[in-house]
Amino acid sequence: MKPKNQRLVLVVAAVVAVLVAVLLAMWGLRERASYFYTPAEIAAGKAAQGQAVRLGGMVERGSVKRQPDGVTIRFVVTDGQARTPVIYRGIVPDLFREGSGAVAEGRLENGTFVADTILAKHDERYMPPELGNLTAEHKAGKTLAK
Amino acid sequence: MIAETGLAALWLAAGLAMLQFVLMIGALRTRVDVGRTIRSIAVVQGVLTLIAFAALLLVFARTDLSVALVFENSHSAKPFIYKFAGAWGNHEGSMLLWVTVLSVAGAFFAILSRRTSERTLIAALGAQAALALGFYAFLLIASNPFARLFPAAPEGRGLNPLLQDPGLAFHPPTLYIGYVGLSIAFSLAVGALLTGEVDSRLARAMRPWVLGAWIFLTLGITAGSYWAYYELGWGGYWFWDPVENASLMPWLAATALLHSINVLAARGALKAWTMMLAVIAFSMSMVGTFLVRSGILTSVHAFAIDPERGTFLLALLAIYVGAAFTLFALRGATLKEGAPFELVSRETGLVINNLLLSVILGIVFLGTLYPLFVEAVSGEKLSVGAPYFNSVAGPLALVLALLVGVGPLLRWRHEARPVLKKLTVPALLGVSALVITFIVAPAMGILPRLGLTVAAYLASASILPLVGRNPLRVPLATWGMVAAHFGIAVALTGMAMNAAFTSERLAVIKTGETLSVGPWLVELHGVTPTAGKNWTAIEGEIRATRGQGIVSLKPQTRYFSDPPAETNESAIRTFWNGQLYTVIGKSDPSGGWQVRLWWKPFVTLIWAGGALIGFGGAVALLGRVWRRRRREPDWRERYA
Repeated sequence: MKPKNQRLVLVVAAVVAVLVAVLLAMWGLRERASYFYTPAEIAAGKAAQGQAVRLGGMVERGSVKRQPDGVTIRFVVTDGQARTPVIYRGIVPDLFREGSGAVAEGRLENGTFVADTILAKHDERYMPPELGNLTAEHKAGKTLAK
Repeated sequence: MIAETGLAALWLAAGLAMLQFVLMIGALRTRVDVGRTIRSIAVVQGVLTLIAFAALLLVFARTDLSVALVFENSHSAKPFIYKFAGAWGNHEGSMLLWVTVLSVAGAFFAILSRRTSERTLIAALGAQAALALGFYAFLLIASNPFARLFPAAPEGRGLNPLLQDPGLAFHPPTLYIGYVGLSIAFSLAVGALLTGEVDSRLARAMRPWVLGAWIFLTLGITAGSYWAYYELGWGGYWFWDPVENASLMPWLAATALLHSINVLAARGALKAWTMMLAVIAFSMSMVGTFLVRSGILTSVHAFAIDPERGTFLLALLAIYVGAAFTLFALRGATLKEGAPFELVSRETGLVINNLLLSVILGIVFLGTLYPLFVEAVSGEKLSVGAPYFNSVAGPLALVLALLVGVGPLLRWRHEARPVLKKLTVPALLGVSALVITFIVAPAMGILPRLGLTVAAYLASASILPLVGRNPLRVPLATWGMVAAHFGIAVALTGMAMNAAFTSERLAVIKTGETLSVGPWLVELHGVTPTAGKNWTAIEGEIRATRGQGIVSLKPQTRYFSDPPAETNESAIRTFWNGQLYTVIGKSDPSGGWQVRLWWKPFVTLIWAGGALIGFGGAVALLGRVWRRRRREPDWRERYA
């Protein structure tokens, strides 16, 4: 192959690689990205049943109930406008507390959010950005504390 | 006084970086020989940043609470090692570490570089100074680590307990050396594009830096993965967290660069391509720094939220990447064509390696940034996790691993021998592994099954470059390559085994009761309170047996008071064929305890493979440095 043609082939190969990456990513993201919803959005029916989504909000005070098997818990996540019941089987993260922020990963089944993973506020200063607008209300102690 | 010394050293270093940059511009325009001056400046700059960093370590070691950063991140009752580690376990400190590594790398480059032409070296040192200048500005304007607190606080706020772990002490510095080591490749590429001297000599000068940075990145990622595995107590080794991706992206780019640079060094081909990869590799380091340090992402690692800093970092990123790409666009096409090669040749093999790595990099990059993009455009929030990365990048990684077995067998320029014949034995081993998985575990997932197949094939194929050769005459670089490629097979085996054969149990049991997990029978023998220097804990004693002998494990839940937090300290016991992983959770009103158990067959191979890959890199680096104590004259001789 002549050097000139070789360069052309390499450039074409690089462009094709970029295109392939973009197309694969777009296909994958369309299928597998999981959206974040607040309880109000869940109540408005934005999340389809059975679809992998994230739910974020404050853990309502007095709502955490341990089930008889000892490892399953039920609690309610609220954003001050709506409430979503959550069921989770597993050890809750270190900073999971009532009245504190949490993000659950899972799916909605018959109105209950079945969580696979729970992420809690990570330390005293860190808050998932998704929960940023909830903190003001939380601090004001409005609708959230029961 | 110590803090002021550190700050003054930083300002001085910034001034010198400015001078270094101006000298470079002048030298390129006038052809005045400033090589010696510019080298000295680079060295002094490195020393000054070391002084600044030492000052920071000192104020942390003394818990000087009149420094705001110490107040926010330390506590007098903290164990001594974490006072040190706390110095870089926060935003300002870690950025100072970043800049220190950048300048020290520049200093070492100035001292050690003998193979670069003088003009390219001056241009590269100028580029390195330009990089440092931006980050000095960032530190001095937006993230001063030495800011005073007046009046001094009586006690510090403490360090995030998750970060109080020996892993933390070494993980970030290792990764940073990797990240920032790539800056030399970036600067050399920019320098060579400026002078037009893109040739095999440049590639040989760049190669040890890329290899060195890549070794640190490999080891840093491996260590970080193990840290997340035992410290987070979730039993996983890779979460596709944006912060993890931030370290994976430079690694993927550096891996591609590492391979293409060999083509440039040996054959003088792939010139523009290699320069592009060198620019991209360090750009990915900066993207990673931006993602982690701007606090823009939802992530377990991001512990700072500060939009002002984020904007500053984004501006720096845009300037440097933009300038490098513009330079590339202006000069890339003027480079001479490289040496030609045939379709079946080692060059082609390495091009395919590069293309696959680039596609994987693109997929990880887009998946990591997509949530930010969507939120900025539509306000909708979403997250992209393992389902995306595993299913889109996983198959490509397997194809790449398949080709890793072929590439090293090919000759440069043109391969006429029937190479695939050599792969008969590895192919048979792969097929046997596939058949065995169908017999042993018919219900296994497709990716783990193919993973084991490819691993069995690659474990044997990777050794082929040594077959039929006198081991003493094989160059060290080849030994290194074989070790690294074999390491891929080892890590792949661990990942596939972990995905396919992990058993997990989660239950509440009272003391004296038993659970089974995998081949193990596990008893919760007792639960006792205990305490450390700055925490209290409940500690479970777990006794496990699988036939003969009893092993005892002691997982804890720790309660920290400054700041208040709890962490699960898992207890892990390693056996030749796997790890038993135990976590103790909360107590139950009826007197039982939450216990979570995993039996993970061969999971350790994941990190053993990672370590082997890094070790292979180190052997290759040793070989490269050793072989080249000759030819091109030392610059010191030039000035003697």
